[in-house]
Amino acid sequence: MANTYTLIEAKSLTSTTASITFSSIPQTYTDLLIKYSGRTSRSDGTADSVDVSFNSSTSNFSGRILYGSGSSVGTSTTSRWLGSENSGASTASTFANVEAYIPNYTGSTYKSVSVDAVTENNGTEAYSYLGAVLWSNTSAITSITLTPAIGSFVQYSTFYLYGIKNS
Amino acid sequence: MAAGATYTPIATTTLGSSASSITFSSIPQTYTDLVLITEGIGASGGSYDVDMIVRLNSDTGSNYSFTYFYGNGSSTVSSRSSNSTNAIVGGVNDSGRSMSICHFNNYSNTNTYKTFIARINRPTIVAAFVNLWRSTSAISTIYLYPDSSKSFAAGFTFTLYGIAAA
Repeated sequence: MANTYTLIEAKSLTSTTASITFSSIPQTYTDLLIKYSGRTSRSDGTADSVDVSFNSSTSNFSGRILYGSGSSVGTSTTSRWLGSENSGASTASTFANVEAYIPNYTGSTYKSVSVDAVTENNGTEAYSYLGAVLWSNTSAITSITLTPAIGSFVQYSTFYLYGIKNS
Repeated sequence: MAAGATYTPIATTTLGSSASSITFSSIPQTYTDLVLITEGIGASGGSYDVDMIVRLNSDTGSNYSFTYFYGNGSSTVSSRSSNSTNAIVGGVNDSGRSMSICHFNNYSNTNTYKTFIARINRPTIVAAFVNLWRSTSAISTIYLYPDSSKSFAAGFTFTLYGIAAA
């Protein structure tokens, strides 16, 4: 890729991990893009949501989710949702995919996030999600932490943070 | 992906003052796809939440159609419009921030109509739009404006990227 679309940091888990953090994010890009493929250890369901915090803050988040299961569609409000993951009761070796785009992350305005996510469970249950998340804080984003709501990220989950420049 | 400039900023605009529209013109025909990123807030004007309209190559004819679905946290909607005089690629709200990501695939192909997909986040909804422009012309100009004669506020950002397949 051109230097306008640069890998900042990659994480590939070798063991079960409660959360992952991208810290000391350079302030030299225009936008950020997170791509991750994950699965959690939650044992009592086929999916687990993932919560985000920026700069260690868990406050002032809001959002909307639109999702489809293949047979129905739904919508809900959210706060810190940044994707959903396959979990322990879903088909083995099946990992979800999530992409989250954060424009103008260094600016002094509130931060918008666009999230697309999919969890597939071998045809028995699968969800596609679209998410809109707003962090009502004017600070530049310098760190991002992702934490499953119930379980922990399992081995082979991968996380990539890209920086995108508009010039 | 082949090495080289595959995700290249073509043009970017950050508004220094409010504006009723912005235009990307003379778009190079050297890429395969285009990606448009927008983010910002509408100029103050009395509690509105409107679509960000697009017209391509100054075409004002009834040559657009779009299908969309959205959720607001409590209900979902899907609908479509045919033979429209424009398409929709974003949102503009005067009290909260909106952002959108729109993919114009095969924008320079002169054999096919142009399909473009927009993911749109507005303060109260999350949405996806699939748009069609029934023209075989290569896209050379993208004209954006808020619906209902509203304006973009200062600080609204628009960036157009080109993606080359090889």
